[in-house]
Amino acid sequence: MSAVFEQIFQVGFLAAIIRIATPLAFATLGEMFSERAGVLNLGIEGIMLLCAMTGFTATSLSGSLWLGVLVAVLTGMLMGALHALFTVALGLSQHVCGIGVTLFSSGLAYFLYRLIFGQQSVPPAIKGFQTLPIPVLSDIPVLGPAVFNQFALVYMAIIAIPLAAFVLYRTPWGLSVRMVGENPRAADSAGVSVIATRFQAVILGGALMGLAGAFLSMAQFNAFTFGVVSGRGWVAIALVVFGRWDPWRSAGAALLFAFVDALQLRMQASGLGHIPYEAFLMLPFIFTIVAMAVMSRNAVAPSALLKPFRKEER
Amino acid sequence: MFRLEVRTSTPTWFNLALPLVAIAATLVLCSGLIALAGAGVLESYGVMFTASLGDSYAITETLVRAAPMIFTGLAVAVAFRAKFWNIGAEGQLLAGAVASCFVGAIPMPGPLAMLLMAIAGAAAGAVVALVPATLRVKFKVDDVVSSLLLNSVIYYALMALIEGPWKDSFSGYPISPPIEDSANFPVLIEGTRLHLGVIVALIAAPLIWFLIARTTLGFRIRVTGESPEAARYGGIHVERVLLSTALMSGALAGLAGVGEVGGVHFQVMSDISPGYGYSGIVVAMLARLNPLGVVPAAIFLAAVMTGAEAMSRATGVPAFLSDVIQGTALLAMLVALLFTAYRIRRVGAAS
Repeated sequence: MSAVFEQIFQVGFLAAIIRIATPLAFATLGEMFSERAGVLNLGIEGIMLLCAMTGFTATSLSGSLWLGVLVAVLTGMLMGALHALFTVALGLSQHVCGIGVTLFSSGLAYFLYRLIFGQQSVPPAIKGFQTLPIPVLSDIPVLGPAVFNQFALVYMAIIAIPLAAFVLYRTPWGLSVRMVGENPRAADSAGVSVIATRFQAVILGGALMGLAGAFLSMAQFNAFTFGVVSGRGWVAIALVVFGRWDPWRSAGAALLFAFVDALQLRMQASGLGHIPYEAFLMLPFIFTIVAMAVMSRNAVAPSALLKPFRKEER
Repeated sequence: MFRLEVRTSTPTWFNLALPLVAIAATLVLCSGLIALAGAGVLESYGVMFTASLGDSYAITETLVRAAPMIFTGLAVAVAFRAKFWNIGAEGQLLAGAVASCFVGAIPMPGPLAMLLMAIAGAAAGAVVALVPATLRVKFKVDDVVSSLLLNSVIYYALMALIEGPWKDSFSGYPISPPIEDSANFPVLIEGTRLHLGVIVALIAAPLIWFLIARTTLGFRIRVTGESPEAARYGGIHVERVLLSTALMSGALAGLAGVGEVGGVHFQVMSDISPGYGYSGIVVAMLARLNPLGVVPAAIFLAAVMTGAEAMSRATGVPAFLSDVIQGTALLAMLVALLFTAYRIRRVGAAS
């Protein structure tokens, strides 16, 4: 009996890790593409929030989940383009523009949500994504039910990781992205358009942030609440550093963080003595800061990160 | 086609007009949202203006709200001058609030209590700001990310306090015990909430301006921000400058929290700051990192915040408009700043 209980416990725990990791993996990959092209996107927290809102709203009004995902992705691309307009085309400070984009998008998300749904005591909910077991694979003991009985968006995240690595390291476009992030002047003389490539990378990043937001409001919580993102965007930025700007390592960092977060939830639920639950909520953030301190020593950021590029200047 | 061309000099009137142009652009852009909400644009802005600056009481309310943003705005301006990217003013404010609440609850003579509250709050904020600065100097950890993440850590620590040891055992509300009545900051005008802390904030701005513009430390901060290489070459200990900047920046943000506890709420609750730390970034940028400019910029944002609530009641436009205005103002100001360094030149069809 206890063996059965233990197994369920483990399956549930593993499944929880995967679910927590999914939005982080999307967000981290999105931020990674942007940074690999030399653009830090601090707008991520606000962009995820706005995408969670637009995706939820589109689904709530149309009844179609995939339409909601599409709207969230398009919102993310649009906000990515906005950030790129300021930082790439106009060459303004990436730090401050990112904060501006976050303030603007989160304000807009709350404003539009209130405008559309009004003030309600119980927030409206949607019937979100349901788990989709993959035949045969979901029958594998422990791993099967945890990994292969998940939301469609989870599978998309799992596919997105090798895909991102392939795009970044094995395609001409990926090479351009890495070049404009490392040495824009050399890329420019090699005939690569620095501005266009950076725009594309930031917009692709925005699309992935859109998927992250959509997952939160349409699979994890099935509602749009004010705490729906609650710092996950900021964590994704740290995970990119922790993952050394590499798709595989970044995804690994997301998994590791999700493990700490799931453990924290477990410890909270078990009511460990008289430790306040906030101590557990702090844990993932402290873990991230410590992890960054350990990793940042030999982490090498793309050398053109934060540096605007203007063709006519030296 | 148009292209950007480097300006050789920027006229003074241009520098002064920029924030006004950015604000005007923001209000025009955001009027679209008011129209979307089905309200009259001029009417809505009119309500916002009257409710925030229309009479003497409204003005004092706006000033009370501006005070914490003057402090966080100064905190950000000082930090950004040295290119110490302190996005953690929110957490430093909360730490300052908690520390001053601890001190304020101890019975002692009023003036002493207020002084110790200010010292404790400033120290708490400084300690929090020292963490990202130390991590950057010692471990090369990006200060933007670490100061951002610290905001969450401090917030949960505050929550643990007010839901744990500080929790009101009688009502069960997650709020701290109130500070001693004697520690309440004196009200300056009878019948308003204009408290001593507002005056301190207004005095702090010229003091910090003096410090940045006229002292050796200020010079070191500016040189470090403009070019760390040049600073090093000139014999400036860049790491030490960064740490002192962090201490000063954190202390200023901590004082924002002290003012909220001593002058407005007299205790600590979870929503003691509606994001004053982040607003500080907007304030500092609108002020172009000039401590003197922080005062009008903070008053503008405070007026928007105070006015938005009245506008929401009168016209039904969601009060979150004030958040959108903040974000738009920041972005508009950044674009406006571009024109101090560059001018747009029309390039002939031939090129």
